[in-house]
Amino acid sequence: MGTLNILVSVCLIYVAFLFLVAFAAERAAMRGNGGWLRSPLVYTLSLSIYCTAWTFYGAVGYAARSGLEYLTIYIGPTLVMLGWWWILRKLVRIGRTQRVTSIADMISSRYGKSNLLAVGVTILAVIGTTPYIALQLQSVTVSFEVFSDAYDATMPSGGQESNALLVAAGLALFTIVFGTRNLDVNERHHGVVMAIAVEAVVKLFALLAVGVFVVWGIGGGVSDILQRIDTSKIGTWQIEGDRWATLIFLSAAAFLCLPRMFQVMVVENDNEDHLRTASWAFPAYLMVMSLFVVPIAVVGLDLLPAGSNPDFFVLTVPLATGNDTLAMLSFLGGFSSATSMVIVAALALSTMVSNHIVMPIWLNTSLGGATVSGDVRNVVLLSRRISIAAVVTLGYLYYRISGGGTALASIGLISFAGVAQFLPVLIGGIFWRGATRPGAFSGLTVGFVIWAYTLLLPSFGGGLISDSLVANGPFGIGWLRPQAFFGITGMDPLVHAVFWSILLNAMTFFAVSLIGFPSPVERLQGAQFVNVFDHSTTLQGWSGDMVQSEDLMIMAQRILGAREAQALFEREAKRQGVTGVLPEPSPEFLQVLERELSGSVGVATAHAMVEQIVGGTSVSVEDLMAVADETAQIMEHSSQLEAKSQELSRTARQLRQANEKLTQISEQKDAFLSQVSHELRTPMTSIRAFSEILRDTEKLSAAEQTKYSTIIHDEALRLTRLLDDLLDLSVLENGQVSLNVQTGKLEALLDHAVATALTGSGSDSLRVLRQRGEERIALRTDLDRLSQVFINLIGNAQKYCDAEHPELRIDVEMSDGRVVVDFIDNGSGISKEDQAVVFEKFARVGVQRASGAGLGLAICREIMTRLGGSVSYLPGQGGAAFRVSLPDDGKMVPQ
Amino acid sequence: MNERPKRVFLERQNYRRRRLIDFIRMVPVFGAILWAVPLLWSTEEGRQVATSDAIVFIFFVWFALVGVGCVLARALRDGNDGSARTQD
Amino acid sequence: MGKSVLLIEDEPNIIEAISFILSRDGWSVATHSNGHDAVGVVMAAQPDIVILDVMLPGKTGYDILRELREEKGMVDLPVLMLTAKGQVKDREMAERAGASRFMTKPFSNAEVLEAVRELVNA
Repeated sequence: MGTLNILVSVCLIYVAFLFLVAFAAERAAMRGNGGWLRSPLVYTLSLSIYCTAWTFYGAVGYAARSGLEYLTIYIGPTLVMLGWWWILRKLVRIGRTQRVTSIADMISSRYGKSNLLAVGVTILAVIGTTPYIALQLQSVTVSFEVFSDAYDATMPSGGQESNALLVAAGLALFTIVFGTRNLDVNERHHGVVMAIAVEAVVKLFALLAVGVFVVWGIGGGVSDILQRIDTSKIGTWQIEGDRWATLIFLSAAAFLCLPRMFQVMVVENDNEDHLRTASWAFPAYLMVMSLFVVPIAVVGLDLLPAGSNPDFFVLTVPLATGNDTLAMLSFLGGFSSATSMVIVAALALSTMVSNHIVMPIWLNTSLGGATVSGDVRNVVLLSRRISIAAVVTLGYLYYRISGGGTALASIGLISFAGVAQFLPVLIGGIFWRGATRPGAFSGLTVGFVIWAYTLLLPSFGGGLISDSLVANGPFGIGWLRPQAFFGITGMDPLVHAVFWSILLNAMTFFAVSLIGFPSPVERLQGAQFVNVFDHSTTLQGWSGDMVQSEDLMIMAQRILGAREAQALFEREAKRQGVTGVLPEPSPEFLQVLERELSGSVGVATAHAMVEQIVGGTSVSVEDLMAVADETAQIMEHSSQLEAKSQELSRTARQLRQANEKLTQISEQKDAFLSQVSHELRTPMTSIRAFSEILRDTEKLSAAEQTKYSTIIHDEALRLTRLLDDLLDLSVLENGQVSLNVQTGKLEALLDHAVATALTGSGSDSLRVLRQRGEERIALRTDLDRLSQVFINLIGNAQKYCDAEHPELRIDVEMSDGRVVVDFIDNGSGISKEDQAVVFEKFARVGVQRASGAGLGLAICREIMTRLGGSVSYLPGQGGAAFRVSLPDDGKMVPQ
Repeated sequence: MNERPKRVFLERQNYRRRRLIDFIRMVPVFGAILWAVPLLWSTEEGRQVATSDAIVFIFFVWFALVGVGCVLARALRDGNDGSARTQD
Repeated sequence: MGKSVLLIEDEPNIIEAISFILSRDGWSVATHSNGHDAVGVVMAAQPDIVILDVMLPGKTGYDILRELREEKGMVDLPVLMLTAKGQVKDREMAERAGASRFMTKPFSNAEVLEAVRELVNA
């Protein structure tokens, strides 16, 4: 009795310790210094909830009965983990991008956010898991019993039941406290995960301790144990190939599909990279867990009296050898296995039950929908808590009703086979875009019916299915016998059930998917899931023009909490560039919101809630999407739209630029016209004034008459010149000029230009210095136009050179295949600011007025451009200096 | 270092990484094949394989798979780090 | 001695023409041909009327006029503006700058004479 008391106190201390661990982890996570909580190691250890009490205690019993067959239960998950790149990586990515809360949520989300499917999966998961929870409760109470038997203590009457009840209540409490602390699943259950990680260490350590004790304490080391194994009743390989293969497949499938595994593997995953470590670390964990199973079984068979329950060798072997501490440790290991499984299973199932059954019902029954009625946040939490209690209670009731009989022992594999029915739908959903909701629904139905008919119901013995039915088939139809479909007899019942249920499930799923036509939402989700690595972000969803942002805000506040909801809305508003707190109810925003909400209430429910506010149904979405034949087309279309809108804005920008340019040109034109007007009116003013003077004035001297008529004449010439220049410039600028290309000598050209420019002025007015030796260059260009440029430059020097003895130096030079002619005078040159405008039209430099209209250099520049050369001001030469440069071969710019 | 050899080097890194992933993909296939070997073992009386031999074989495969998986998983991370390092 | 006119214009032929017309009518004509110091010249000469060209080297006629109007006793000085740019906005600018009269080149001699007379006698 004393030891039993110690056992009870150790147990209580251990539980208190777990509470503490979970509490500390939650606190650390809340303070934000919980980096160590999210290590790959913790993730790997949390996966160990795969190893329940069934594997902790049961594996040894399994080995004692069937030899190495128990290894299949570990080999399957090992292969799945090692093949993480194939499936798990994708599952985890999808789970994270779609904010999936459970396997039911995953499947419903994939198949068009169908809540019906989610309800189905949830119910099946509950059916498959409840016996399993019962098994855990049983293992704990039986292990108590083993202890009490060993110490010959008399348990109080009904102690077993009350023990089980106590354990169940404690587990439910733990799960409620740490599992429904926060609502958003994205803020993961650090406390729970940490606690189960600790329990993972405890159970591994316990089993290793017993194993080491058995091999080196009782046995004589490795070789001795191997010898013992070979001489025991499980000394030879007796496993049928079909069972070996089927069980490996089954455990692999269950590993992927068990709700609790999905919870820790996908939902609680903090970092995709943790999978990389877990991919080898978890197989290593499994390997170590299974290493000492056979030695313990063999030693137990040797050591303990025949008829002892091999399921509890892990406890009874240390007890029989008087090793109480080891037994206690072993008990804690089993206790850890059982509790961690129940906690996570209850958490996972409650999420499913709450999100897919309780919440939709509540939403439908509460009047007015999500906006008007009470605080959804509390309702969600409450429904989760009740669901947890309900799931654990269900397990307890199952345990009570089944009476803890031997039927429970085989329930592990039956349960595996049950959840394995999710496999085709799950794998098909993430790899095959053609998978449809009707396909999934019918596949699951067929699979579960066959599973129940061939495996579950016969397992209850004569109760639910009569022996005659098993023997002869329903209504005597032989080929429908539950354990011999199509008359194929002699198959192992489990292999038979798994083979037919999975095969027909998959085939139905495939066939119905082939003939069906998925809804647009479903097709989009399908593309999202299958191509999750291509586009992890986009998700088509709502057309929200009818939505009131306020309503959404009210609803979101109730689910996410006021602060988070406001932060979310503000963030989105900012992203949209809207001032204020309320974003436009754009489809993108609705998607973001829906995804945030789905973290709390599941995808289907979140969809339904937003749907309520968006107004009726998602018909508009479907209409919209039905237009496009294929999801890919939608994507392409939207990217085309995006490209188009980009193009439009580009065009608008170009138009704006063009408009600016036109405005600028128009202003330039105005300025030009104004200039032309001024230049024309000035000589005309003189002409008019003096002609009026000549006409109206009576006594004019002959000298005056001559003078005034000369002014008129000069101004008329100036006007003509101006008009000529204007026309010339206009022709040049419009590119209408046709060049008259000739061959000639530069020297001759310069001779002609100098002579023309200086005509009519005294020979000493401007001295021209030339280097005739350099000027013997043949040119092929429009000689008349080039001459015009030269004349202009020489004329300018003559007009503007302010030196006392004006000189113009003409330098000729070949450089870089170009002919360069410099005109440099000895005057004061042109000031820096004037250099910038000297080539502009009507730019006249300096104070003095000369007869030019200020178009000469502008014309020169145009001409040189046409000739493929250039004319530029050459600073720093003392006087004014212009450089004319033209191609050596006289190549012209193409017209 | 000018641009070109660096890019070539990175492409090689990328190529290595792809092959590494190919290997990672094949690990479970190897595992499945090796663990399918027991299917060939006879269950007939007298010609059965000793359990100790079976244990040694199965656990040897297990150990090897974990080892290879570990090396590959680490190489995958090192590959990432390595490519970042060579950019210096 | 007749009343005095200050002609601020840079085109020599136009200076000659206007000087001729006004001299014949008995006005004493002073001329000035750049914009820089035009305001100072007006202040110094204290003419009865100013004839002001717009396009002057150094400073535009508008600026000169605006500055002039801010000088003491120059608010009422008659100023006849001449411009060779015949656009509407030039007239507006002249009015805003404070021109008494605005004429577009080329002008008729009689008009100029009449305008000068009117402005001085007004």
